[in-house]
Amino acid sequence: MTEPKVIGILGAGRVGTAIARRALAAGYQVRVASSRPATEIALVLQFVAPGAIASDADEVIAGSDIIVLALPLSKYRNLRPDALAGKIVVDAMNYWAPTDGVLPEFEGAPSSTEVVADHLAGARLVRSFNHMGYHEIDGEARPKGDAERRAMAVAGDDPQARETVAGFIDRLGFDPVDAGRLSAASAFDIGTPVFGARLDRGQLKAALNLPAAA
Amino acid sequence: MELGVYSFGDVQRDPETGALGTTAEAQRNLLEAIQLADQVGLDYFGIGEHHTYEMPASAATVVLGAAAATTKNILLGSAVTVLSTDDPVRVYQQFATLDALSNGRAEITAGRGSSTESFPLFGHSLNDYDDLYAEKLDLLLRLNESDRITWEGRFRPSLDDALVVPRPVNGKLPIWLATGGNPNSTVRAAIAGLPVSYAIIGGDAERFAPLAQLYRQAVEQVKVPNADVRISVASPGFVGEDSNAAKELWWNHYHEAFRAIGEIRGFPAPQRAGYDRDANGKGALFVGSPEEIADRILALHGAMKHDRHFFQMDLGQLPQKDFLRSIELLGTKVKPLVDAALAEKADAQPETA
Ligand SMILES: NC(=O)c1ccc[n+]([C@@H]2O[C@H](COP(=O)([O-])OP(=O)(O)OC[C@H]3O[C@@H](n4cnc5c(N)ncnc54)[C@H](OP(=O)(O)O)[C@@H]3O)[C@@H](O)[C@H]2O)c1
Repeated sequence: MTEPKVIGILGAGRVGTAIARRALAAGYQVRVASSRPATEIALVLQFVAPGAIASDADEVIAGSDIIVLALPLSKYRNLRPDALAGKIVVDAMNYWAPTDGVLPEFEGAPSSTEVVADHLAGARLVRSFNHMGYHEIDGEARPKGDAERRAMAVAGDDPQARETVAGFIDRLGFDPVDAGRLSAASAFDIGTPVFGARLDRGQLKAALNLPAAA
Repeated sequence: MELGVYSFGDVQRDPETGALGTTAEAQRNLLEAIQLADQVGLDYFGIGEHHTYEMPASAATVVLGAAAATTKNILLGSAVTVLSTDDPVRVYQQFATLDALSNGRAEITAGRGSSTESFPLFGHSLNDYDDLYAEKLDLLLRLNESDRITWEGRFRPSLDDALVVPRPVNGKLPIWLATGGNPNSTVRAAIAGLPVSYAIIGGDAERFAPLAQLYRQAVEQVKVPNADVRISVASPGFVGEDSNAAKELWWNHYHEAFRAIGEIRGFPAPQRAGYDRDANGKGALFVGSPEEIADRILALHGAMKHDRHFFQMDLGQLPQKDFLRSIELLGTKVKPLVDAALAEKADAQPETA
C-alpha cells in the first residue's frame, strides 16, 4: 500500500491519547473515537492531543489507514468485524483480570491478541504497543539512531501489514522489531520478561529469540 | 498551597534486625505519623485502603478517628476509598462521624483504587468494575446533598426516604475524585462539580498539566452551581536532609514496593536508571533535600496550578523513624519555602494572582 497518512484510534484513554500525541508529532492525521459522544472527545483532545479529530468509531475505521485498538479489552466484542475487515488493525490491548474481569475466553489463551484475532477474522491484525507503559509511549520516543531509542515488538500473520505498522512505529520514535507471526505475540504479553522492560533493538531480539542480524 | 502525606499503612522493617513489624503496630505507627504531620503544620493526611499483610490499612476511618481526637488542624481523608466494594451509605456515615469528631476536617477521595483485593474480600465481581463504581459514586454524591434519600440501583437495596446521619459540620463533605490520568475521569469530575485528585506516580509529572487545563475548561463550559473546583496531586516522595542520601535510602524501599506489585501484575522490578530519572528534574518521584523538593513542587505548580500536593513516603517497609523525619522536614522546611515562594509570586503579579 501507499504510505499511511491517517491514523485512527479507538479508545481515548491513557494509551489512546498517548499514541495520538506521538502520531500527531510524527506528522500523521489522527482521528479518535471512544464510546462517548464526539463533542466530549473533542473537548478532551483539544487539551491532551490538540490537532486530533474526534469522531465516531465507524468514521474512524472508514477514514483511516491504520486503526489502533486502545479500548479496555473487556469491550472488544463491541468492535465490528465487518467494519474492520481488510483494514490494518493494531491491537494494543492487554488482558488484566483485575480490571477487565475474568473473561473465560482469555483464561489460558496463548495470548490475548489471538482471541481478538478470532473475533476480528478478516482484519489484517498486528500485535504491538502493548508491552510499553502509556507514559513511556509518550515520553520515551527518540529519533532514529538515538542511543537511547527503545524497541517495540510487532507480530502478525500478514507480512505487509506488519511492515506498514513497523514503519508507523519507526516514525513515532521506536525501533520496530519484527517478531513474525501473530502466535509470536505470546512472547511479549503481560507476565513475560519483555513486558514493561526497557529494551533496545538488540536486547528485544535476544529476548524474543530472534537472530541478531536482519 | 496545601501540603500533606498519604499512606497505605505499610508495616515497617527494623533496620537493625530486618524483622518485619506486625500489622497491629502498623496502625499505631500510622496514627503517630498523622499526629506529627499535624504538629509540624502539614495540611492534609490521607489513608489509602489496602488489605494486604504489607499494607494493612483496611479500616482507614478508625485510624483517622483516633487522629481526629488527637490533632488540631490537619485535614483527614482517604486516599483512596475503594468505593466499588463498599456501601456508600456506610462510607458516608463513617466520614460524617469523623467530620463531627474532628470539627469539620474530614474528606473523602473516591477512586477505583489500583489494587483489587477488596473485590473477593467483600464478595464483588470484577466483571462489574465500571458499573459498580459509577453507581456507587452517584449514591455517595446524593448522600452529600441531603439527610433524606430515596434511591434505586443495581448493586444495593433501594432506599426509600431513608435518613442518613450524622450530617457534616460544614453542610457537605468535600468529595474528591481520584484519577490516574484517563481524561474521561477529568471530564467526569468537572461535570459533577467535584475537585479532582491526580495520582502521578511515574514518568514526567508535567504530562498531567494538559489534564488540569482540561479540567478547568470543562468546569467553565458546564457551569455547575456551587462547584468545588480544586486540583490535588498525589505522588511518591521522600524528604531527607541530604539529597543523595535520601535518594539512596529511599531507592531500596521504592524498589521493594514496586517489585512486589510488579510480581502480582506481571511487569518487571523497577530499574535504578528509571528511578534516577524520575527522582530528578520533572520526574514524578519527589525524593531529595527540602530545597530540592520545594523547587520541584513549585515547578509543577507553575504548570498545573494545583491546590494541594501530598506524598506517599512509607513505601516498601520504610522504617518508622525515617518516615517521621521525612514528615517533619516536609512540614518544617519544605512548606515554608513553598509558601514564601508562592507569596512572592502573588505579590509580583497581584492582578493575576
Ligand atoms: N495503561 C498502560 O500503560 C497500557 C499500556 C499498554 C496497553 N494497555 C492496554 O490498552 C488498553 C487501554 O488502556 P488505557 O490505560 O488507555 O485505559 P483507559 O485509560 O481506561 O482508556 C480506555 C479508553 O477506551 C474507551 N472505550 C471504552 N469502551 C470503548 C468502545 N467500545 N469503543 C471505543 N472506545 C472505548 C474509554 O472511554 P469511554 O469509556 O469513555 O468510551 C477510554 O477512553 C487496555 O486494554 C490496556 O490493557 C495499557
